[in-house]
Amino acid sequence: MFDVNCTRWLVLINCLLLSGCNDSMLNNPYSAIEHDKSILYSSFSERPKHLDPAVSYSSNEYAIIGQIYEPLFQYHYLKRPYQLIPLTATKMPEITYLSEDESGRLLTMRTVPETVRFTDYLIEIKSGVHYQPHPALAKMEKYIYHDLEADDLAGISTITDFEKLGTREMIAEDYVHQIKRLVHPKIHSPIAELMKQYIVGLDDFSNAAKEKNWLEFRAQNISGVEVIDKYHFRIRIYGKYPQFIFWLSMPFFSPMPWEADVFYGQEGLAERNISLDWFPIGTGPYMLMENNPNRQMVLSKNPYFHLERYPNAGESHDLALGLLADAGKPLPFIDKVIYVLEKETIPYWNKFLQGYYDASGVASDSFDQAIQFTGSGQAALTPELQEKEIRLQTAVTTSISYLGFNMIDSIVGGKSDKARKLRRAISIAIDYEEYISIFMNGRGVPAQGLLPPGIFGFEADLDGLNPYVYDWNDGYQRKSIDTAKRLMDEAGFKAGIDSSTLEPLVLYLDTSASGPDDRARLNWYRKQFSKLGIQLVIRATDYNRFQQKIRSGNAQLFLWGWNADYPDPENFFFLLYGPHSKIKTGGENAVNYQNDAYDRLFEQMRNLANGPDRLAKIHQLQEIIRYDAPWVLGFYPKSYSLIHSWYQNLKPHLMANNKLKYTRIDSVKRNRLRQAWNVPLWWPLMLLIGLLGILIFPAIIVYRKRKKAVINAL
Amino acid sequence: MIQYIFRRLMYTLPLLLGVNILTFFLFFVVNTPNDMARMQLGQKHVTEQAVNKWKVEHGYDLPLFLNTERRSFKQITETVFYQKSIKLFAFEFGVSDSGRDIGADIKQRMWPSLAIALPSLLLGLLVNIFAALMMVLFRHSYLEFWGVVACVVIMSISALFYIIGGQFLFSKLLKLVPISGFGYGIDTLKFLILPIVISVVSGLGSGGRWYRALFIEEVEKDYVVTARAKGLSETQTLFRHVLGNAMIPILTGVVVVLPLLFMGSLIMESFFSIPGLGSYTIDAINRQDFAIVRSMVFLGSVLYVIGLLLTDICYTLVDPRVKLL
Repeated sequence: MFDVNCTRWLVLINCLLLSGCNDSMLNNPYSAIEHDKSILYSSFSERPKHLDPAVSYSSNEYAIIGQIYEPLFQYHYLKRPYQLIPLTATKMPEITYLSEDESGRLLTMRTVPETVRFTDYLIEIKSGVHYQPHPALAKMEKYIYHDLEADDLAGISTITDFEKLGTREMIAEDYVHQIKRLVHPKIHSPIAELMKQYIVGLDDFSNAAKEKNWLEFRAQNISGVEVIDKYHFRIRIYGKYPQFIFWLSMPFFSPMPWEADVFYGQEGLAERNISLDWFPIGTGPYMLMENNPNRQMVLSKNPYFHLERYPNAGESHDLALGLLADAGKPLPFIDKVIYVLEKETIPYWNKFLQGYYDASGVASDSFDQAIQFTGSGQAALTPELQEKEIRLQTAVTTSISYLGFNMIDSIVGGKSDKARKLRRAISIAIDYEEYISIFMNGRGVPAQGLLPPGIFGFEADLDGLNPYVYDWNDGYQRKSIDTAKRLMDEAGFKAGIDSSTLEPLVLYLDTSASGPDDRARLNWYRKQFSKLGIQLVIRATDYNRFQQKIRSGNAQLFLWGWNADYPDPENFFFLLYGPHSKIKTGGENAVNYQNDAYDRLFEQMRNLANGPDRLAKIHQLQEIIRYDAPWVLGFYPKSYSLIHSWYQNLKPHLMANNKLKYTRIDSVKRNRLRQAWNVPLWWPLMLLIGLLGILIFPAIIVYRKRKKAVINAL
Repeated sequence: MIQYIFRRLMYTLPLLLGVNILTFFLFFVVNTPNDMARMQLGQKHVTEQAVNKWKVEHGYDLPLFLNTERRSFKQITETVFYQKSIKLFAFEFGVSDSGRDIGADIKQRMWPSLAIALPSLLLGLLVNIFAALMMVLFRHSYLEFWGVVACVVIMSISALFYIIGGQFLFSKLLKLVPISGFGYGIDTLKFLILPIVISVVSGLGSGGRWYRALFIEEVEKDYVVTARAKGLSETQTLFRHVLGNAMIPILTGVVVVLPLLFMGSLIMESFFSIPGLGSYTIDAINRQDFAIVRSMVFLGSVLYVIGLLLTDICYTLVDPRVKLL
C-alpha cells in the first residue's frame, strides 16, 4: 500500500518537474488557444467614462472610439506635417464663402472676400459604407428591437444577448443626426456651446428640440445644416473659421444612425448598462464586442468594414524603416484587440517584459531599467531591452506645460513695466532645463514660444529663440541669474525686497499637486524663486478648489498645460486671446491676458491659410508673448514608447486616433519569443520546500525528546 | 431570540440613517455639485450652462439638506439628501453619476472579491491555527521563540512588500503564475494562487500570534491539566480539547468579518487587477461619483451590522450558556 501511494506521489512530482522543463507558459495571463492569433494586447487603468462620440473627449476614450467611429476626414498616417485626407468623404469639402451686399443679399464666392458672412461646406460621402452588425439595425419588415416590452428584456443583460443583428448603409442624414445630437438636452457634449457659436441655426435648434422624443428630434431641422441627398450634405457656419475642418475630423462628427438613439432610448436598457455610451455603433474597422470595464474591453474586426488600403506614400525615410512594406494592402491587419484592466504600473511593466503586452510607455518606476543616455545625451535602450529586440520611439508631444501669471493680479499681473520685468526675471530664474533633467528623466524640450514642434509656425534653432530668456550660443543658453537680478532691480524688487514697502516680496503658487511625490517638485520651484530673493508660498489644494480659484481669478501663480485638439497654431494662440479670458467668459485664457494688439493679430492669423503671411503674423504673436511674458514658457513634454519587435507599422502620430488599423502583429514571432522568455523555473521552489522540510526535523527531535522525558519521568 | 434579532434590526435603521448623513455631509464638504459636474463633463470647453444642465439632469440642482423654498414636508423631501438616500433603504442603488447601474456593477464585482477573500480567510485560518498550536506545542523551546520572532517579522513588513515581492519572485523570476489578471471559469484559478498565498503569508504574523495568545490562555486552565493527568498526549490535548474550547473567540472573530469579505481588498485587487469591489469605491471617490460612494458606504454598514448580529447568534450556537434576550 505504501509503495503504491509513494509511486503515485513520485509520478506526480515528476510530472510537475517535467512540466517545468517543457515550453508551456505557466505565467501566460491569456487563453492558450489564442497564442497564434493576430491579437493586440493593451491595457486601461481607468475605465473610459464615455464612448458616445458626442461626449467623448479624452485620450483614453479616443483610443477605443477612434477605431469604431469614422468622421469625415482623417490624418494621413505617414506624411508630415500632419495632413487631412478624406475618410468617409469622397474628397475634401467644397468651401464657399458668402458675403452680404449692401441690400443684405448673400453673394456666393469661391475666393475669400473681404468680409465673410457665412462659409458653406459641401460634403460628399462615400457610398457603400455599412455599419457594424447591431441589434438597433436588425429588421424584418420593421425594426425588430425598437418596441421592446419588459418581457422582451427578460434574459438580456448585455448587448450580445440580442440574437438578431442588422446593418445598413451609412447616409448623409447620419452625419446631420450626429450634429443634432451635439446639442441634445440629455447628451452633454463638451463642444455643444462652442458649436452653437459656429454652426448656423444650431442654437435655435437646441431650444426648439427640448422635450422632444427621438423621432420628433430627428424630424426637426437645423437651418444651417442641410441634407441634399443620400450622399451629400451642407454645413453653413458663421463667418470664416478655417479650423472647422479639424473639428470635422474628430469623433464628434461621426455618423450616427437615428435607429441607435431610438433603440438605446427604450426603457429598461439603461438599467442593464446597455447604452450608446457603452456599446457604440460605427462604420470603422473595429467593433466593441465586450465592454466589461471591470475586467476587459475587446475590439474585433467589423465584418462590414469598407475597403481602405494602407498608404502608398509617406516621408522619405519611411521606406527604409519598413513602414511602406504593407503599402496598398487592405486594412485592418489585426483581428482583435484586448484591453485588459491593469491599474498598477509595476505589473504592467513586468508583463510587457514577458511579452504579454505589445507596447508600453516608460513609467518613472521603470525608467532606469529601460533607458540609458549615451555620451551625446541621446536616449537609448538598456542592453537588456536591446537583447529582447525592443524598439524605442520618442516624439515631442503637441502640448505645452507652463507657469501662468494671473494678469489681473496686482503684483505679477498688468501691463506695467514693473510687473513685466518681474515676470521676465522669474522666467529666467526658473531653470526648466534642470527641471526636465531632474523630474522628467530628460523627457521634455524647453519651450521657446507657444508652439511645440509639429505645429505650423514652430521654428527651431536661432529663428525660434526667445531672446528675453535665452541667448544663442550654438544652442539655447538660459540667461544668467545676474540678468534676472538686474531685471528685479529695475522692477523695484532688489534682492527680493519691494522698494515701495521695504517688505520682502512674497508670491503664491497655487497647485493641485499635493502628494508626497510632488513635494520635491514644489520645493524645487521654491528654490528657483529664492534665487531672486522671492519667497514662494505653495498653496497646495485639491483639484476642485484649484479649478475654482482659476475660474474666479484668485490664483496668483499656477502650473497649467495644454494639449492640442488639432495641429493648428490657432489652437495655441487662442489660449491668450482676450475674449477667451477665464474670469470674464470662462474660456481657456486661464491667465486672463488682455492685449489689443495681440487680439487683432490673432483674429487675422486664425483666418489665414498656412503660408508666409500667416508665419509673419505668428512671429509677431510670439514676440508679444515673449515680451509680455504672461506665462513662464515651460516645456514641451516628450513621449517615450517601447515596442516589441513583432509589433509593426507603428509611427508616432500625435493627432490621429485611428492608428490601430495600420498596425500589424507578427503572432508567430511573438509566440516564439514569449515561449523563450517564459520557461518556468521549478528548482528554487523545490529548494524552498526542501528547506522547509529540513526545518521540521528539529521540531520532531524536540517533540521526541519531550515525549521521552515524560515517559522517563513516569 | 427572534425578538432579539428583530430589535437589533430596528436599531439598525437609525444607525444607517446616521451613517448616511455623515457620508453625505463629508462628501459634500469636499465636493460641491459643481465640482461633480465638472469632473463628469471633462476639462475642456465646459461652460456654466453645461454644468447647470448636468446638475438638473442628475438631481443635484436641489438644496442639500433643507429646501427653504418649499413648504411643510417638501422642505425635506425636495433635497438632494432625501432624493438620493431614501431608496438605499430599499436596496435600490440607482445609477452612477456616469450612467451605469450600480446594483449590476456590485453583483458583477462581488464575485471576484469573494474568490480571493474567502479562500484567503479559510486557508489563513487553518495555517494560523496550525502555526499557533505548533508554537504552543513547543512552548518554552527555541522553536517557540523563533516562531514568535518570525511572526513579529512577518507582521512588521508592509502588505505591499509581500505583493510586489511575490509578483517579482513567483511571476517574474520563477514564471510560475501570471503577474496579474483575472479569468473566466476554471481559468481563474491560475490568477488566484498568488494573491491567496500572499494573503495567507502576510496574515500569518498577526494571526499566528493572536491564536497563540488564545491557546496559551486555554492551556493554563484546569481541564487541560485534567486531560494531561488522564494520560492524553500533548497533541491530543491541544488538537482535541484546547482547540475545541478556543473555538468561541475564533468563530466570533471570523463571523464578524465574513459579510465584509464582499467588500474586497483595495491593494490586493489593484495590484493583481482583480475586478472586485475593493477598488470600486476608491475609483468612485477619485471620480467624485457620489452615487457609488453612498451606495458602497451604505452596503458596508449593512454588512457590518449583519456581521455583528451573526456573531451574537454564533455565541449561542457554540456556547449553550449564552442566551439572547
